[in-house]
Amino acid sequence: MTLFGVLAGVAALSAVGVVAFGSAVRSALCLIANFFCLAFLYFTLNAELLGITQIIVYTGAIMVLFLFVIMLLNLGSPQFLREPPDFLKKGIGLLLGIMLFGLIGSQIIAPLAKNEPVMASAGTVATAANYGLVPRSREDFGSPQAVGTALFTTYVWPFEVASVLLLIGIVGSIMLAKRKI
Amino acid sequence: MTIPLAGYLGLGLWMFVVGTIGVMIRRNPIVIFMCIELMLNAVNLTFLAFARYGAVSPNMQHGGMVQSSMAGQMIVIFVMAVAAAEVAVGLGIIMAIFRLRHSIDIDEMSVLRG
Repeated sequence: MTLFGVLAGVAALSAVGVVAFGSAVRSALCLIANFFCLAFLYFTLNAELLGITQIIVYTGAIMVLFLFVIMLLNLGSPQFLREPPDFLKKGIGLLLGIMLFGLIGSQIIAPLAKNEPVMASAGTVATAANYGLVPRSREDFGSPQAVGTALFTTYVWPFEVASVLLLIGIVGSIMLAKRKI
Repeated sequence: MTIPLAGYLGLGLWMFVVGTIGVMIRRNPIVIFMCIELMLNAVNLTFLAFARYGAVSPNMQHGGMVQSSMAGQMIVIFVMAVAAAEVAVGLGIIMAIFRLRHSIDIDEMSVLRG
């Protein structure tokens, strides 16, 4: 419980930091902290392989790419791209965000949070009554063996499509980055 | 004491809303990309929480539950792949625009406005 509280608190605060900091480098560092906390939250959900993948892919590859582009564009200096205070836009954005938060929170999360634990009779844990209170997947559902078996049997066709998508991404970014083909 | 599903969903909702606000109010396209990453990660956390806590289905057998918990993880893997491709192409576009105009203020890029 305390572990989840600390991780979720740091993740929520660093998510705010991504938006609130003026300099892009500070936003990127906040995002790295957020992704680390998310990886440990994946560990608490027993999804070990995805937590490690989160650290490798996001903080290892994507955030390095972000920082690389920030350094390349020299956006770190604060006088570059100064954002003039636009209170109307910020106000409308905050208002719409709060409305979205209230809508989803009141319609989806509040009914789930009101669920009281019901004593299951004779080992029937998988009733709809205590839904969302106890983890119901298998303990090892996030192990590399289980994920790999599912990825290369049931989901092998989406896996191939994802590889083609990555190939298209590579070719497209090279096309964009070169001055003359 | 186990964490209820609503805790993870609440954190995911918070991160998604913060990312949405960032996309709306920021003008630096790199920060907007970071906010999109934040939203994708919030959805990933939601998928994994639902995968761990199971889905409501009246006639769900044990095998079906294993399958549904795997589906959540699979879609997280594919979201990660799509996010990687999107970041590569998007940052390439930002670099190309910066070479062309020497400015990346997103409010000044209104050439494609109809």
